[in-house]
Amino acid sequence: MEHRDDIGSKLGMWIFIFTEILLFGGLFLVYAIMRSSYSTEFHQAAHHLNAFIGAINTVVLLVSSATVAMSISAVQKGNKKLAVILLLITLLCAAIFMVNKYFEWGHKIHIGLYPGSALMLTLSHGQVMFFSLYYFMTGLHMFHLVVGGIILTIAIIKVQNGSINKDRYVLLENGGLYWHLVDLIWIYLFPLLYLIT
Amino acid sequence: MTEEKTHHPEPSYLVDTGKYKGLMAWLTSTDHKRIGLMYMYAMMVFFAVGVILGMVMRIELFWPGQQFYGPQAYNGIFTIHGIIMIFTVVIPGLAAVFGNFSMPIMIGARDVAFPRLNLFSFYLYVIGAAIALASQFMGNGPPDTGWTFYAPYSIQTHTNVVAAVFGAFVLGFSSILTGLNFIVTMHRMRAPGMTFFKMPLFPWSLYATAWIQVLATPIVGITLLMIIAERWLRIGFFDPSLGGDPVLYQHLFWIYSHPAVYIMILPAMGVITEIIPTFSQKKIFGYKAIAISSLAIALVGYFVWAHHMYTSGMSTTARWVFSLLTFLVAVPSAIKVFNWVTTMYKGSISLKPPFLFALGFIFLFMIGGMTGLSLGALATNIHVHDTAYVVAHFHYIVFGGVGFAFFAAIFYWYPKMYGRMYNFKMANWSFVFLFTGFNLLYFPQFIIGMMGMPRRYFDYLPQFTLGHQLSFFGGLLLVIGFIIMLITLFSKKGAPAPDNPWGGRTFEWRIPSPPPVENFEVMPEMAENEQPYDYK
Repeated sequence: MEHRDDIGSKLGMWIFIFTEILLFGGLFLVYAIMRSSYSTEFHQAAHHLNAFIGAINTVVLLVSSATVAMSISAVQKGNKKLAVILLLITLLCAAIFMVNKYFEWGHKIHIGLYPGSALMLTLSHGQVMFFSLYYFMTGLHMFHLVVGGIILTIAIIKVQNGSINKDRYVLLENGGLYWHLVDLIWIYLFPLLYLIT
Repeated sequence: MTEEKTHHPEPSYLVDTGKYKGLMAWLTSTDHKRIGLMYMYAMMVFFAVGVILGMVMRIELFWPGQQFYGPQAYNGIFTIHGIIMIFTVVIPGLAAVFGNFSMPIMIGARDVAFPRLNLFSFYLYVIGAAIALASQFMGNGPPDTGWTFYAPYSIQTHTNVVAAVFGAFVLGFSSILTGLNFIVTMHRMRAPGMTFFKMPLFPWSLYATAWIQVLATPIVGITLLMIIAERWLRIGFFDPSLGGDPVLYQHLFWIYSHPAVYIMILPAMGVITEIIPTFSQKKIFGYKAIAISSLAIALVGYFVWAHHMYTSGMSTTARWVFSLLTFLVAVPSAIKVFNWVTTMYKGSISLKPPFLFALGFIFLFMIGGMTGLSLGALATNIHVHDTAYVVAHFHYIVFGGVGFAFFAAIFYWYPKMYGRMYNFKMANWSFVFLFTGFNLLYFPQFIIGMMGMPRRYFDYLPQFTLGHQLSFFGGLLLVIGFIIMLITLFSKKGAPAPDNPWGGRTFEWRIPSPPPVENFEVMPEMAENEQPYDYK
């Protein structure tokens, strides 16, 4: 006997999202405490980040969230082809985000700004803390982006072979919810790390 | 329903019906009952390891000075003892074993909401536990930080901290997924007519527990990741030489690890709440008070963490706020104790083994709870902080409380699990040994703790010798008690168990022992005027 409960599945996903928010919550707490102890150093260190790339990435992620939401509507309307295209655009956005991040991290590592580097040891405590937080938070965020990408890839395959269709699309909905979470966390990371200078 | 019952009873869940047989059939089963039993077997193994490590410590402490091994080995042993007992035994504990086995049946469901996720949680548990255990043998020797992994020592020590911390992280993930599964199960799969306030109280306690698992565990997850990053990448969040703050680590750690105490004890309270009315044949006193006090404990318990840190450096204001909240969280626990005792009043009590263990639980939990209050008070805490008094206190809670509730639960649901009874006389003897041994082991620790015996010390002053020696003999009695219990449960097959050996009222007593794979032939319902504990 098949047991199916879409509301239950979505409830489960929402609870999982709570846990993810609390996972990042621990980091935001560390950020808040460190920022209050080292406000000037955080201010100086934030100038090293490229707000322009950060802004592009924010736009890219917002677009990707929109396309995920649209793909769900497309599936609900039975438009399989459009749904797949929209999901591919989402994955493309994720790829753009990752490429931008690659250049951002790569540049910093190139000039020696990474935890444990020789340059780091010459910086003040507050600046070290800022860059540690920067790598830890954006790194964990990227990990979530990759996980979200894998979930959406599975969703694309399932839309293709018809196991996600207009009668059952809870997996896609949950994948979309997760994707929005990844987006949401970035929405907080961007101003905290790039904009408050 | 008037139609004749067909005489083709469904095979029991213990019979392999799938495509695999034997061990593989168990390891691939998504049946909540089998998963519950697998957790139980795994936990028994880890518990045995923990007990042996505990006894190894007691042997060393029999005389002052070095007897059998040095201080470094002692540090490793108490750390691994703590990690195994806390992360692999008492935290998953009752929720993973009896929450899986009994809860879906008690709410009238065929399984949990996500059976495959449930099996996945079990595997995460096994993997995490294996990593934690392996940390003992790999790398530069067992971690010597204590199970709390306090920074900055956990960043500086050359022992194998990363493996132990990663094991704890994986175990936490398993705990989160179990909690998530249980919440959805209880929201979506209750029997028709069973409103939240008609749900039995063991599921209620699991519901409160599950929310703590979901909302507190991620914090320790990220904290443990930070410790790993500190060691590998020198990010410096907790390292004062890089501008970090070690007290911040303690806060983040206890934000989870204090609520974790309630992850351990709430299901234990739930089990006791099932056993007391069954063996008193009386309606539970104050159903709603017990249900809501579980939620209250979960809620207030989230905000008491810093009472572990009175001596770590906090403002006076923070300390008295946390002290006040600590006293507040004792209130809902006391409400439960009053309700249990009042339920027994004028009941027709039958003193069978599960009830005996439940009484033992109440007695030990009261001592543990009361001494917890003296630790929560600011002035006395400064005196007894980090002494054997603390060791005695938390063992009265996690072992006298959770452990005895676990034994009570085994004796209560054993007939349902295996369809067999056990020897009551033997079970009673195991209780006598466990109860006496437990008190002999831990009560002297209160006294020498008050006298100033520090915890986690390898050596001690001669005036503490008697206390340590009494503890050793208590430990021996405990081990004998365990052995008697294991013989009682697993040595030979008892008489076949009836469906309802105790006269219980909840759903699990209305189906065959052992239950069929799908639990219910006809899905149960709860009538308009029916209550979960309708004894006379």
